[in-house]
Amino acid sequence: MAKGRVIFNRDICKGCELCTTACPVNIIVMDKTGINAKGYHPATVNEMDKCIGCANCATICPDCVITVERD
Amino acid sequence: MAVVFEKTTGLVPGKETHYCPGCTHGIIHRLVGEVLVELGVLDKAVGVAPVGCSVLAYEYFNCDMHEASHGRAPAVATGIKRVLPENVVFTYQGDGDLASIGTAEIVHAAHRGEKITTIFVNNAIYGMTGGQMAPTTLIGQKATTAPLGRTVEHSGMPLKVSEMFATIHGAAFIERVSVDSAPNIRKAKKAIKEAFQCQLDGKGFSMVEVLSTCPTNWGLTPVDSLKWLKENMMPYYPLGNFRRPGEDE
Amino acid sequence: MAKVLMKGNEAIGAAAINAGCKYFFGYPITPQNELPEYMSKEMPNNDGVFLQAESEVAAINMVYGAAGAGARVMTSSSSPGIALKQEGITYIAGAELPCVIVNIVRGGPGLGGIQPAQSDYNQVTRGGGNGDYKLLCYAPANLQEMVDLIQESFDAADYYRNPVMVVGDGMIGQMMEPIEFKKVESTRTLPEKNWATIGTGGTRKPNIINSLALDPQELEYHNHKLQRKYAEMKEKEVRFENYNMENAEVVIVAYGTTSRIAKNAIKALKEEGVNVGLIRPITLWPYPEKAFDEIPADCKSVLTVEMSEGQMIDDVRLSVNGKFPVDFYGRSGGMIPTPEAIADKVKEIIGGAK
Repeated sequence: MAKGRVIFNRDICKGCELCTTACPVNIIVMDKTGINAKGYHPATVNEMDKCIGCANCATICPDCVITVERD
Repeated sequence: MAVVFEKTTGLVPGKETHYCPGCTHGIIHRLVGEVLVELGVLDKAVGVAPVGCSVLAYEYFNCDMHEASHGRAPAVATGIKRVLPENVVFTYQGDGDLASIGTAEIVHAAHRGEKITTIFVNNAIYGMTGGQMAPTTLIGQKATTAPLGRTVEHSGMPLKVSEMFATIHGAAFIERVSVDSAPNIRKAKKAIKEAFQCQLDGKGFSMVEVLSTCPTNWGLTPVDSLKWLKENMMPYYPLGNFRRPGEDE
Repeated sequence: MAKVLMKGNEAIGAAAINAGCKYFFGYPITPQNELPEYMSKEMPNNDGVFLQAESEVAAINMVYGAAGAGARVMTSSSSPGIALKQEGITYIAGAELPCVIVNIVRGGPGLGGIQPAQSDYNQVTRGGGNGDYKLLCYAPANLQEMVDLIQESFDAADYYRNPVMVVGDGMIGQMMEPIEFKKVESTRTLPEKNWATIGTGGTRKPNIINSLALDPQELEYHNHKLQRKYAEMKEKEVRFENYNMENAEVVIVAYGTTSRIAKNAIKALKEEGVNVGLIRPITLWPYPEKAFDEIPADCKSVLTVEMSEGQMIDDVRLSVNGKFPVDFYGRSGGMIPTPEAIADKVKEIIGGAK
């Protein structure tokens, strides 16, 4: 399995949660512990070691919040 | 690790959109931007923005842009392409813009085989003006001007645009896609690329109808909207190719 | 250069091509059809593009696109078709683009008739569409003047970045007169169209052609900018002809072919010892208010003669500003006033004043 890493531009996320439907390893969660500059709970990943760098999340994100890296 | 996905230079850098959370305009804008960059034509692209939620598209696409009046984008694009035949000219229109007030302009652009590409965003509702019924609104679907839900007796069956265009000779490439899932988004991008390639090859008019969501006016969460699209729109508006260059009339 | 005998509608096309117009988008409507037909033949012969659009609405939007792409472009129509174009025209004015629009006026309202009229005066001088804007508006009275003004209108449009309207009527469109196509000498310095949407070429930020400004202060500033343009037009673009004004007992105000009929009435009245003058606006907007300064102090009436139920009369009243009585004579529906009827009206006014 490829190793991947996703970087969220936290403050431009609108909290729409579309990315959570696209991740095949179900590691994207909405950060309920805080809100971003727009007032939304932004999407984030806590278990980055499980990321496979498939970029499904970035593909479905309407706001180009996510940058994806892969081995 | 290498970067495998970042924001395309086809969209204006650093510019956040005004679209609602979860609005699929954002995805479709990005696909168009990516395709223009990958085909190497961003520098000679000229886009025409509609009236609708994407009226401000001229602030997001990183190329020369022209704001049209409601429905008239294909005529504006025709004027631009006739002056600049070597440029890549596209329109980006919603279902009110294209399938209601603009039916004459889009049909005739296709009929003449204008070498422009149209991205048709179909979300079965009027978004910007607050959720009125569109020609593509489904039977039983509620809208602010159809509060009890659309009925056939009053308003007719929803308009199937791609099917209609399949009969027009000048329409060289017509495909309907969806952006409700990552795999479908990738297929949508492929179709958009083929559509622009059709323009570059001088084959005629090309259009991609993109089934899209409107969480705000559908009254659903963005995630539930994807589900509603899949369960309600896709059965009525089947995905697929309706015309390809070189195929029989 | 030799003179040629040409029909008005075709002369318009020839003049436009002579002025470097390369794109024509039009739609059939009586009484201007000879113009798109002429362009369909001659544009391809002159490295230009002709396209018959699906409607007047589509045609004006093609003009909007082409103008934004930096082209010299023209459309034409007649009254009901011009009404259809108003949305496009206001967008072109708001987006500050150049173009030339020709209106060969016919009787109205609605479908009206196909005979000549001047009942579009309000439509062409009060903007026509929504918002605060004006069109530089020319009203030639003969084909030579028409041809000269068409050639001028492309330069004026480019200079001001504004639509220019040339108003004829069914007679101007259909009549044949000898015309000389002079070499076009531009009297204006025209800046480069670096705002045009020709593709960024990777060398600059995107150009945006747009009339939308959601922030009200921004839109007000934009309107002020447009108003400064119109102020400059008022200062520099007024054209008129004053005829036989000295000691005139009555002054007729008329434009286009009506002014020629009025001149015939004036000549006939002179033989009867009645001295009548004529103010002939050549620009309908900006309106030649200063032409009215030449009206003799003891003039008995300013008589507006129009092929309408009275539209220019409002501007006549504004220009006269209460200094003289204003009278009206008009025919509508496509009926043409006769010199005799105009002369009778003058005599009625003078008779009444005595």
